Amino acid sequence: MTEAELPLWATIPAAVLLVTGGLLTLIGSIGLLRLKDFYSRMHPPTMGMTLGSGCVLIASMIISTAILHKPVIHELLITLFVVITSPVTAMLLMRAAAYRDRARSQR
Amino acid sequence: MRPVGRRLPPLLVLGLVVMWLLLNQSLAPGQIVLGILLAVGLSWAAATLRPLQPRVRNAGTAIKLILVVLRDIVRSNFAVARIVLGLVRDREVRAGFLEIPLDMRDPHGLAWLSTIITSTPGTVWVDLSPDSTRLTLHVLDLMDEEAWIRHIKTHYEQPLMRIFE
Amino acid sequence: MTVVFDCAVWFASLCFVLAMLCALLRLFRGPSAQDRILALDTFYINGMLSLLMLGIRSTSTVYFEMALLIALFGFVSSVALAKFLLRGEVIEP
Repeated sequence: MTEAELPLWATIPAAVLLVTGGLLTLIGSIGLLRLKDFYSRMHPPTMGMTLGSGCVLIASMIISTAILHKPVIHELLITLFVVITSPVTAMLLMRAAAYRDRARSQR
Repeated sequence: MRPVGRRLPPLLVLGLVVMWLLLNQSLAPGQIVLGILLAVGLSWAAATLRPLQPRVRNAGTAIKLILVVLRDIVRSNFAVARIVLGLVRDREVRAGFLEIPLDMRDPHGLAWLSTIITSTPGTVWVDLSPDSTRLTLHVLDLMDEEAWIRHIKTHYEQPLMRIFE
Repeated sequence: MTVVFDCAVWFASLCFVLAMLCALLRLFRGPSAQDRILALDTFYINGMLSLLMLGIRSTSTVYFEMALLIALFGFVSSVALAKFLLRGEVIEP
């Protein structure tokens, strides 16, 4: 690893962001496992998809910028992609669930 | 409504060029030319597929709205984390559906509203009535319905109406 | 300082792997089909994040491309599955 020359200004925020992002994502997945009904379970994974991935991607941008000594911003693409697409999936899934529940109650 | 495919959406073209350059990690003139060609072609194709084009009227409000949404995402992340970990002991957390009457009719504004609501943890967009007057949400912590409705109407819907209508 | 950063990276990787395990449990247990799709969605996002951790540790851009591909294919597959639940077919005639 080439972290011997990692400067202090990059290390501290990156470490804090990584720990926060990891914890938030883990709590989101625990919520997916713990909550009682499907509609409540929709909510916690959104945490990992928004703030969790945001923290990790900012940290990764800081680190690669500090090591390569030039601004590296192509991680922004992943953030942008995840942030744009995850609401679409969630909305479609929610509509599918509502539709299936309605169909079952009619039968 | 504007005739189909007469004008290219400038933001889409710019975004596609920037994305191409980011993916290739280079600023070589050849890549820039290729990126511009691809972006113009793709946005022309997209414009013929989707004739309705958005018009942003109020850029200052848009930036303020983005900041508000980021702050709300961070705040509600921690609120949902507390609920999942069972740290809310003084009252019972009740999840449920919430109906909100809407004043906005612009389809782009509605699309943005749905994206904003779904990407904040704790609220998910469920359905919009066929005449787009009432929307249904699912809220994880339905403590104060009036407060939720007021929050969504003043913080999200009114800025979006100022931006798009 | 490197030790602190190493610990942070290990901790975050551990979190993501545990989160993947939670999602996997829900995937196997989930009573309804929409539960399983939601679990799969969470699973691939967590997998993508742990790949990015590998990328931070080794400072190579290969992991970035892998993460981007996982995000792309995961989105398409989740949408296709949700659409299948909604209509019974993915592409309507």
